[in-house]
Order: sequence, then C-alpha cells, then structure tokens
Amino acid sequence: MQIDLTVNGKRASLDVEPRLLLAHALRDYLNLTGTHIGCDTSSCGACTVLLDGVSVKSCTVFAVQASGHAVTTIEGIGNADSLHPMQEAFWSAHGLQCGYCTTGMIVSAVDLLQRNPDPSDDEIRAGLEGNLCRCTGYENIVKAVRAAGAAMRSGEARHSVNELMPIHPPREEPPPSGEGIIPQQLQETKA
Amino acid sequence: MIPAAFDYVRATSVEDAIRLLEQHGDDAKLLAGGHSLIPMMKLRLAAPAVLIDIAGIPQLDGIRVSGNRVTIGALTKHAALAASDDLRKNAGALYDAANDLGDPQVRNRGTIGGASAHGDPSADYPAVLQALEATFTLTGKSGRRELRAADFFRGMFDTALDPHEVLTQIAFDAAPNSAYVKFHHPASHYAVVGVAAALTLSGGKIGSARVAITGIGDSAFRASGVEAALQGVTASDEAAVRAACAGAARGVTARSDTFASASYRTAMADVFAARAVTRAASSR
Amino acid sequence: MAFTAMVGARIRRREDPRLITGRATYVDDVRQVGTVYAAFVRSPYGHAKITSIDTSAAKGDPHVLAVYTGEDLHHAHNLKASLPVAHKMPDLKTPPHYVLALDEVRVIGEAVAIVVADSPYTARDAAEKVVVEYDELPAVVDTEKAAAGPPYVHESLGTNVAFTMPFSAGDPDKAFAEADVVVKQRIVNQRVAPVPIEPRSMVANYDAGMQQLTLYSATQIPHLLRTQLAIVLGLPENKIRAIAPEVGGGFGAKLNVYAEEVVVSWVAMQLERPVKYIETRSECFQAMIHGRDQIDDLEIAAKNDGTITGLRLKITANMGAYHQLLTPVVPTLTLLMAHGCYKFENIQAEVVGVFTNTMSTDAYRGAGRPEATFFIERAIDMVAQRLKLDPADVRRKNFIANSAFPHTTATGLTYDSGDYETTMDKALALADYTGLRKRQEELRKQGRYLGIGLSTYVEVCGMGPSAAMPAAGWDSATIRIEPTGSITVLTGVSPHGQGQETTFAQIVADELGVPIDQISVIHGDTDKVQYGVGTFGSRGTAVGGAALKLAIDTIQAKAIKIAAHQWEANPDDLEYRDGKIQVKGDPSKTMSTPEAGFLAFMGDNLPPGLEPGLDATRRFEPPNFVFPFGTHICVVEVDAQSGQVEVVKYFAVDDCGRLINPMIAGGQVHGGIAQGLSQALFEEVVYDDRGQLLTGTLMDYAIPHAEQVPHYELDHTVTPTTVNPLGIKGIGEAGTIGSTPAVANAVIDALAPFGVVHIDMPLKPEKLWAAMQAKPTNGSVQ
Repeated sequence: MQIDLTVNGKRASLDVEPRLLLAHALRDYLNLTGTHIGCDTSSCGACTVLLDGVSVKSCTVFAVQASGHAVTTIEGIGNADSLHPMQEAFWSAHGLQCGYCTTGMIVSAVDLLQRNPDPSDDEIRAGLEGNLCRCTGYENIVKAVRAAGAAMRSGEARHSVNELMPIHPPREEPPPSGEGIIPQQLQETKA
Repeated sequence: MIPAAFDYVRATSVEDAIRLLEQHGDDAKLLAGGHSLIPMMKLRLAAPAVLIDIAGIPQLDGIRVSGNRVTIGALTKHAALAASDDLRKNAGALYDAANDLGDPQVRNRGTIGGASAHGDPSADYPAVLQALEATFTLTGKSGRRELRAADFFRGMFDTALDPHEVLTQIAFDAAPNSAYVKFHHPASHYAVVGVAAALTLSGGKIGSARVAITGIGDSAFRASGVEAALQGVTASDEAAVRAACAGAARGVTARSDTFASASYRTAMADVFAARAVTRAASSR
Repeated sequence: MAFTAMVGARIRRREDPRLITGRATYVDDVRQVGTVYAAFVRSPYGHAKITSIDTSAAKGDPHVLAVYTGEDLHHAHNLKASLPVAHKMPDLKTPPHYVLALDEVRVIGEAVAIVVADSPYTARDAAEKVVVEYDELPAVVDTEKAAAGPPYVHESLGTNVAFTMPFSAGDPDKAFAEADVVVKQRIVNQRVAPVPIEPRSMVANYDAGMQQLTLYSATQIPHLLRTQLAIVLGLPENKIRAIAPEVGGGFGAKLNVYAEEVVVSWVAMQLERPVKYIETRSECFQAMIHGRDQIDDLEIAAKNDGTITGLRLKITANMGAYHQLLTPVVPTLTLLMAHGCYKFENIQAEVVGVFTNTMSTDAYRGAGRPEATFFIERAIDMVAQRLKLDPADVRRKNFIANSAFPHTTATGLTYDSGDYETTMDKALALADYTGLRKRQEELRKQGRYLGIGLSTYVEVCGMGPSAAMPAAGWDSATIRIEPTGSITVLTGVSPHGQGQETTFAQIVADELGVPIDQISVIHGDTDKVQYGVGTFGSRGTAVGGAALKLAIDTIQAKAIKIAAHQWEANPDDLEYRDGKIQVKGDPSKTMSTPEAGFLAFMGDNLPPGLEPGLDATRRFEPPNFVFPFGTHICVVEVDAQSGQVEVVKYFAVDDCGRLINPMIAGGQVHGGIAQGLSQALFEEVVYDDRGQLLTGTLMDYAIPHAEQVPHYELDHTVTPTTVNPLGIKGIGEAGTIGSTPAVANAVIDALAPFGVVHIDMPLKPEKLWAAMQAKPTNGSVQ
C-alpha cells in the first residue's frame, strides 16, 4: 500500500504492507533508528513518537494508520546542533544510563510538558507511566523533566552539544577531604 | 511482535463501515485506536484477515452535554475524556476512569468505543458505563438499536455488538456524584478491582446508589446488594459506608492470577466499593 | 597531586549526546547490505520429547532462505560442543547444552529450529509453518521437589542435583548449644527476570574471502564471547570479531554466551549473508537468564544482648534446566557473603544446586550477594524482634570493627576496608531514625502502619583475582598518545550505561594533563581493543580503571625519559605535576604529555635504546576483591484495608571508596535501589507445574515505572581500598544488594503489631493483607 507521511517535517511516501508497524516503518524504511523497540505488549514506551503532536507508542500503530499524518521522532525533537531543552536536561541531570529507553522517554516528557508546563514531581512520575526505564530508578529523569520545564518556561535558547560539552567545568562542591584517586598509602609509596 | 498479514481498508462513513463489514464477513475487524486489537495481533492472539479503519469517520468523535444528557462519540479518545471539564462535572466516574486508564500514550490513541467493544473483563469502562446506566447505540444495516450497558457487556471478551454493527455512541444521564477507583495491576495497569459508584445525595444521605465492579469476574457487574444497603446511609459515615459495601462481589465467581487470588479480589471489592462511594459523595 | 580538575567532578557524560539525540547505534541499528532475518521456533512445553519436526512448508516459502534444526547442526557440522559453563567445581554435573534442542526440550522457550527469511516479518511467518510434534514429559519446577527425586530434567544423570557443597568454619555446634536464642527461618529469594529494555540482539556476518566471522551482539563480554565462539564453532579465534556496540542495559543477563549467538553466527557462515536476530520481549522472558531463585534455610544463634554467635545455612539453588555461563557459581557467592558485615565466626552451611524445567538462573545484578545480604539482614531483624532490641543496635553490636581491617572472614574472604558504624550513623541521622520511630508509634495508635527498615550491607565485587574466578579476573587498558596530541584509550571492559567513556577520560585528563575533549575512550570491539574480560561484577572501574592507571604510570615514565633527554637531565630528577613534566619542585619549565608524544612519534631525538612511540598496554590483576558497603533505610506505609505498600522515604549512604564522578556513582545507586526495591515488592517469575511461564510479558511481570518508586536521598562516606591504585570500589550492584532487605525489613516492621516475623518476597498486597487480618497488638487500633 502506498502511504504518505510527514516525518520530522519532511514528506515521505512509502510502499508498505498494511501490517507494517509505524515503529518499523520509521526504523527500517526511513532509517530513523532513534525510535527503539523494547517490548511486544505496548508496555515499555521505548518506541514513543509524536503523532500529530501527541505521544503514541509507534509499535501499536500501523504505518497505514499514520498515512496523512505528521510524525515527530527523537531525531526531529532536536539534534547535536540544536538540542531540545528536554534533551539537554536529560544530559545535564544524568537522566540516562544505557540510553535505550531514553529517546522514547524524552519524547513522552516533551508531550507531558505540552499538556502541563509546570508539573509537580508526582505529576511528572504519573505523566511518564507509559515509559519504563531499568537503569536510572527514575530519580534523575524526574529531575531532568523539572529542569526542562523551568528552561522552557523561561524561554531559554537551545544549545548545541559543543556549547555544553564540558571542557574544564568547576566542581559543584569541594570533595570530602582526601577524596581523589590515589589513596594516601599509595601516594606515599609513590613518592 | 509481528502481526499476521491482513488487508486494510478505510471506511469513510458508518454506512461504509457496515458495508465493508458485510462484504468481508466474519474475518473483518473494525480498527479505531487499535489499542485493544493491535497488541493481540502482535502476539498473534488475533489474526483478522481484514481491518476496516474507522478512525477517519467524521462525527463519531466528541463529548456533548445537552441538558442532563451526556453523549459521547465512540471514537472519542481516552485523552479527550480525561481532559474534559464537562465530564469531570457531569460524570466523574468516567473522568476518573479515563485518567486512570493505561498510560498517556495509550490514552492519546485508544477510544472509548474500541475499549468498550473489546469486552475485557479487567477494563475500566464496563464498570463505569454500567454504573452510569449508559445506553449504547449500535448501527447496522437495518438501522440503529440501543442497548443498556448491562446488556451490552455479556462476558469475557464478549459484547452484544453484532459482527456487522458499529458502536457509534454512548450516552447517559449526568451523574455529578459519581467516581471510579481502581486497584491497579502493577504491570498491566488494568483493574485488579475497579469500582464505579454513582449516587444521588440528599442532605448528606445517599438516596440511590449504582455501584458496578470490574476486574473480579468474567464481566463487570452491578453490586445490587450494596446498592440497596447504601440507601439512606450518611455518605460521610465511613464505617456505615464500609458496612453497606460488605459482600460487594457476593455470588460472583472471581478470577485468580499470579498477582491476586479470587478470595483477595472478592475482599478488595468491598474495600474499593467503599472508597468509590466515599469519593463519589465528595464534591468535585 | 595531579588530580585537581576532573576527577571528583560531576561532569556531563561524554556518551550522552548520541544517546539523547537518537543517533547511537545499538545492534538493531546496525545496517548491512544483504541482511537476512532469523526467527526461532521455540518449545511450547516445559519438558517434552521431540517426536518430529517438519520444516517442508517453511522451506517452501519463497521468502525463506534456510531452516535448520538441532539435527542439522549436530550431524552435518562441527557443532556438537555444548554451551560453556565457567566453573572450578570438581563435582559439578554438566549435562550437554546444545544450541538447538536435539531430541528433548527441557524448558519452555528452548530453541528447536531457526528460520531465516528476507525480512523479520516473513521470518516470523515462516517460523509458524515449522511443525514440531512433541510428547510432553512430566516437568519439575519446584526446587525442593526436584532435589528430592524424579522426574529428572536430565534422565541420564539419575538426579536433579547438580552439585552439593558443604562448608564449616569455627564451632557452630558449640555456638548453638550456648545460644540464648535461636532464630529459624526459611527464606525464599524468588526468581526474577533482569529485563534490560533492549532485549537480546545480534547480527552476524561471515566474510568468506577473509574467512572472518563478525558478530555484533548486545553483550557485556565481547572478548569472552569471542573465545567461546571459537571453541563452540571450531574457528580460529583470530578469525572472529565480536562487537558490542551500544548496549541497552545488561544487569548480568548479557554476561553470557547464548545459544542464539552461536546459531546465528553459524547460519551466517552457511549463508554468507549478514543474519540478524532481535528477540521479542516474550522470548526474552523465556530464554534470557533469570536471577536469584534460592531457598535459604537458616538458623541463627544469638546471645540475649544481641550478639550473633553462629549461623547454620542450607542454600538450595535453582539452576534451571541447563547451566549457562556462571549458573552454578552464583549460589557459591551467597555462601561466601553469608555473614555480611558481622563478625561471628561459626558457620555450618551447605549449598545444593538443582536442575528444574525452568530457564537457567545466572548472574543477575548482584549475583549471589543479594541473596546473602537478604537473609542475613532479615535474620538480624528477626533477632532484634525476638529480643525486643532496636535493629540498629543489634547491627552495631555485631559489626566488624574498623580496627579489624583487613578482616578475614570465616568463609575465607579478606574484607579490604570498612567503616560500617560511621555509615550507619550517617544514614540514621539523615533519616532522623529516632523521629521516625516516634512517628511510627503515633501512627500505630491511629491504625496506620508505618515500617522502618534498615539494611547494612557489605558486598564483594571488583571481580576479581583470577585465582578466585571461574576464568580470568584481570582487565586491560591501552593508552596511545597520537602524533597530533589527542589521546586514545582502549579499555578491555565493556560499559553499557556505566559511563566509563566519561570517568576513564576524567582520570586520564588529570593524570596526563590534557583537556578531556582530546581523549577518546574506545571499547567493545575485539578487533580494536586488546583482550579484556568485560563489564560485570562491579569491576569496570575497580579493575579496568586500575589497568588504566597502570597504563598512565607507564606513559608517564616514558614521557619523563623523553623530556629528560630533551632537557639533558636525569629522569630521576623529573616528575609529573599537574599533568605536566617538570624538574622536581620547579614548574618554570614543563613539557606536556602530547609534546612528549610528538617527540616519541618523530623518533629522531630520543634517548638511546628508547623505542619510538608513546603508548602503553597494561593489565591489572587484582590482588583481592573489593568490599563496598553502606546503610539503606526504607520507610513504608502499609494500608491495612488492602495491603498496598507506599514507599514513603528512602535513604542510602553508600561507601564505594573514592568517587571519580559522583553524579554517575549516584545514578548507579538510584538504579540499583529501584531494582532491589522492585524485587522486594513486585517482581516474580512464575512457572506452573508443567513448566509453563505465567509471567511471560510486561503485562504480567511488573518492573517499576516512575510512580512506583520513591525519591531517593543519598549520601556517601569514603573509605578507600588499597586493593587497586585508584582506591575505588565498585558501585554497580551495591544499590541492588542493599535495597531489597531494607524494603522487606520496612514492610515486615510495619506488620510487627500483627505478630509477623517474616513474609517471603515479593511482598504483594495480598500477602500483607492476609497477615494483617490478625488482631494488632502494641496498643494500636484497627
């Protein structure tokens, strides 16, 4: 079947089987591999994209259903030259570890702030209940969403990766005394 | 993860959908939001030969309040219900359920009609729509018929929807004192027990009560014993409400699974019925 | 001191830009021209004879390239070898574990055939066309029943017992004879599933011209995988390249050599096409290793003042149907850590490993140590409850004293360093423990049940000295100073979320005096990186980072020689200071590491006898394990009407020695707590009596989402180790190990008024509700 989508602002015409899942269409036809697949029961949310601006699980949408509609994937949310504040916040707050759930989590969080620009921590947790993360324990994800909300409300400009990549940032706090990498005994041996 | 192959057609109107259903016979299935059907197809628990996509049919979407009557198009998404102030004021039970169902992505895509037509024994709407005494409008070749919720939900994954019919709308009288509370399954978010209560109140006392319970048996049911016992009870008297809600699932054959046994489900029906009644009685 | 700038700083991770923008390459993102797709036909039975396999319909499908069964692999090719199990146990029974089942299937989901087709969709379709007939056999899933007798998982063994390991230390009989109280409890540490969000994924390609096999796999151990592939496939190891690209979580479940990895590799060699296999989540629940699944029968002897004097222990561990890589080793780690951070010396124990018709258990985050910590921390609480003592006081009474380190335990480990009391005191203060106890009293009077749970854990990690490991325990690092001044680090460990691209760069930046953005840390590709053992057992930084430190030392020593030659000085008079070479005590003239590297590259002005080039490869053989520790405090409220648990507060004070990047260390703790908490409250793999998996999807098996876990409040203490030159201990598993007993102790503490002593995990609402049907005591009302 011929379908026409707008993906990240660009028109895409694809010839697909009706059973092709949108997640596979994005990954395998359009090479947008930032959309991940983590389950087969619409549970994990790794495949979350925006469909006409709202978050959906692209593993639970047939590509044919999306014909005539607009899809935004993580690649369209932001890139290295222009990070979305949510991407930046996930980075700065250490809201990710292995990164696999992260792209879907970021897309969901972007949708959450669309609906509620200043959510409480509880509202953030509830708003992300469609996304599973096994690495972070969610603590820093909540922190990231909170920070992104603040940045977006204050209309902060987008940054590039290069602007943010640390060169020699100051410490946030002095380390506890003696905290370094070489234990005292070994320093003595070495000297 | 990968469904079996099928043919896909889009219906442009209800009549078109009915015609397509007739044409393709029993192997055809309607597709609205797809959030009940597609997961089953991905696990190959369902393999319809034809999907008739009704999502694009105009005028099946929306919440209308006219006087005391609330009418909801079958294609109305959970997210729309969950965000509706009209619904919060006029049918708190449905508002609660829509906010508590699935997760944001599911709510953005799934529809009230699709979820209802699925007949899942642990779904939220069957309880809510029974407590609201909703009327289901089913449209077929020979016209429309209306069914009461209690007659629509027949059993496990079984509804009164004829294979060649389309569920087009759901309507009910406003129930400003109604609520839905749910004991979530920790993995699926479905109801281990979900209770909807719709009350009339007069001077702090419960006039009539409609209480319906999902998650326990093969299908949601009205707790008629509880409804009778609640009459005249002071809504703020927690002990009295709890006493009235005792035995809420009496006579129902409860299910067991790895999370909750039948006897526990039955016991929780009482607890959550009382909570639903208390919540329904509080002003929204 | 060179380490002033980066080490200890909470810098953003360098791996993140690609991850947050969707530009990272996980296995499923690897694109190769001509790729074909595999699907496996798996056993629908827990135990059955295969009576026939008919592949003709699948083979007749025009989309299908090939179908292979166990018979095809076994007879036609050199694939008779069994999957590996790494162990040093003389009496271990190791039944064959073929990569495709031969005549019999022994666990649901066991691979029976592989179908290869032109797309994932057609492969799935064709797999359904393979007709396998089975005769179902009696299955056994209960560990104790299996240990007692037939039916046997492996009939030829005539037993389900894979091994028995007795142990005794001190004089346990005397300890028990002289005890004031003996607490006896059977504790079931339930089976759980690791559930990394990326399932097992692999793509193999065979270059027939070069005779080289390349396997991309979501693995934690690319080199060990390569070695085992060479053995199982009968290929020269130098003709295999294993690549772990971006890996979406492991938690020990990707510390393995899976049948699918071997079969997909073999098929790629037959077809000379790239073959990709990405398992579904349902397959992952069936065929990825599980964790825990031990029954710990324990008796603990104590004096009236709370002094623990002895432990009797029987560990009955479910191996599953076959051994995977480390299956039998896991429960032996439980025994080693049986006394936690307490000083008692009399132990009598037995470990029994038992085959059942279930998926293999193996090294899931913590791997044997969470089980030990769980029962000893529960036992301490039970002793406290019996003696009506405060659980914190009982812990304090039994802690190994600071002055006792290094401390050799009754089980033969030497704990490197520790300061348990300080950590506990810090946690008690952080949580306002006294205030919490008061609040608990008040709430009980209102019929509300607050519970406060402590866990003072110590764990063994930084795996490990080679002598104490089933296979090599060292790791490696290479540092290359490139001619233009950038620095390449090749690490033998294989991070998949732990952030070593950042923390290793932090170390090098400080020690070699270069901006961090000039350092690139490469890992996970056996054709790029020297042999390394991998990332598991909280060893990445403790062992891999230590190797890096050795490589830094070598680079510095050579750079000093180069500088000395330039300056016509004696190398002994030079030193590294703030990342640069200078004459000792004289910063007026310096040479940077890149400058030395450039001179080493030019090669025309080097000291006589010194080789050109500035690079170093070093290996670190740890002289001992490391022993991080900490105190976790969990506060819960249990709803008496429903048994539902709300985790109200969570505090963790951990000590993993020195911290390279506290933000990353904190993240490891957060994630570990969530996983451990989840075992306590939610997770459980359930098979029925026929070996059918009842928790086979994320709709049945709960891993927590954001609403189901609390905010965590963290702090730490710093007690360095001398085991490695960085002074650091591991932090990857500590959170998981510490949290489970803290949560369980909290829930059971909440239920103390109902006379509850112990409830097995998961602490589901139904169990708690049932326990709370008793009449509460302690002056509380319901």
